[in-house]
Amino acid sequence: MALIICKDVSFDYEGHIAVSGLNFEVNSGDYLCVVGENGSGKSTLIKGILRLKTPAQGSVAFGGGLDLNGIGYLPQQTAAQKDFPASAYEVVLSGRLSALGGKPFYSQADKSEAEKNMKRLDISHLRNRCYRELSGGQQQRVLLARALCATKKALLMDEPVAGLDPVVTQELYKLIETINSETGLTVIMVSHDVQSAVKYASHILHLKNTQVFFGKTDDYIKSDVGKVFLGIGA
Amino acid sequence: MIDRLIEMFAYAFLVRAIAVGLLVSLCAALLGVSLVLKRYSMIGDGLSHVGFGALAIATAMNAAPLSVAIPVVVLAAFLLLRLSENSKIKGDAAVALISTGALAVGVMVISFTSGMNTDVYNYMFGSILTMSKSDVALSIILAVVVLALFVLFYNRIFAVTFDENFARAIGINTGLYNMLIAFLTAITIVLGMRMMGALLISSLIIFPALTSMRVCKRFISVTICSAAVSVLCFLTGVILSFLFAAPTGASVVLVNIAAFFLFWAARAVMDRIPKKPG
Repeated sequence: MALIICKDVSFDYEGHIAVSGLNFEVNSGDYLCVVGENGSGKSTLIKGILRLKTPAQGSVAFGGGLDLNGIGYLPQQTAAQKDFPASAYEVVLSGRLSALGGKPFYSQADKSEAEKNMKRLDISHLRNRCYRELSGGQQQRVLLARALCATKKALLMDEPVAGLDPVVTQELYKLIETINSETGLTVIMVSHDVQSAVKYASHILHLKNTQVFFGKTDDYIKSDVGKVFLGIGA
Repeated sequence: MIDRLIEMFAYAFLVRAIAVGLLVSLCAALLGVSLVLKRYSMIGDGLSHVGFGALAIATAMNAAPLSVAIPVVVLAAFLLLRLSENSKIKGDAAVALISTGALAVGVMVISFTSGMNTDVYNYMFGSILTMSKSDVALSIILAVVVLALFVLFYNRIFAVTFDENFARAIGINTGLYNMLIAFLTAITIVLGMRMMGALLISSLIIFPALTSMRVCKRFISVTICSAAVSVLCFLTGVILSFLFAAPTGASVVLVNIAAFFLFWAARAVMDRIPKKPG
């Protein structure tokens, strides 16, 4: 079942094409990694999927009952967040905002959903700790728990391991893989780390201001573009 | 000293000033938490300078100060917000451009009309004698609106302040919330600036938030603590200024500075106490 369908999509900034020729589908339960160099259009694509940017051409459509409120987004951290006075619980709970509708306050169900997701990511003990005092890996887990609070269907992550040390990076990748395989949650991740991308993802989308590869990870490893990017001698 | 305090509350203009001041400090502190955390502190400062220019023009035209200052400062608030969000000139530089520009216009208008006099001095550094009954009414309306907004939209304000990208992605109209906060900030500044002074009013927005952030670790406690600190500091400042015949605006700012260092010291002491394991 296709959740996201991109047809002949291109995005531009003030008339300059940022990325074009996007043709791909993301199915329920997929783990898609979007790889490519800096400025290849990865973040632009994320904005397009989140409807923060309208395509210059083509269409980005949602299927399988997915809507904007059903996407859990894990954005890159901003400088202002790093010393933000908020408890981990407050941050996680804010993920339930999409379920709030017109109501001003969270219900008991919202709160228990937040607790559940904190337990799932093993951060319940950090509940009342201040966000700014957490380590980089713990902060990412808090943001991931918030994203899980916002979604039942799809997670969209923008460079989730940026700035983390290798051990914590691997832990986070394993965690994301577990979430994907156990709950069937669709994962779309933008990443620099192509080695880990081919290790964990089921599908790869390689961008170079245009779509140079889309398909199963096994096929990507065998493809010419994949071999070059992975550093395997052709 | 008690006698002097009772004497103080016998003056109708002082009671009005204290009422307006308390409500303005409360609003400024609540809005300040979001502004400071979003790195928009300079907007408060820029708006007060624009307010000074607007008051100067109002005086020159013999118009009621608020009727000119409120629309001008609200307009400036939206402009500054736009400039900080997306512009070729970076946000802080844009604020500096607008605030010095407005100051220059204000000084020019004054020197060609009434000339530099006590009015100008009062605009710059504040005067407690300027609060009218309509100011009190407007302050009450403003305070009710800001408080209601904060309570009803607290969860959304938190999300927009903490992570605008995430908030936008889950369908919150972040632009609307930013404009609402800018709008209320503009009104707060215009109301408070004649008492606190154009050069001092932004302290009411910035100090309480920074002070409570020394000690508090949750957003809800930062918000409540800021409001309490702001109101207490204002009251202490006004009483001290009355007792020692000191300028009100400057007294309030000095009390705020004292509170900041007090909280800062409290943090240092708390950090030295070893934490319980787990």
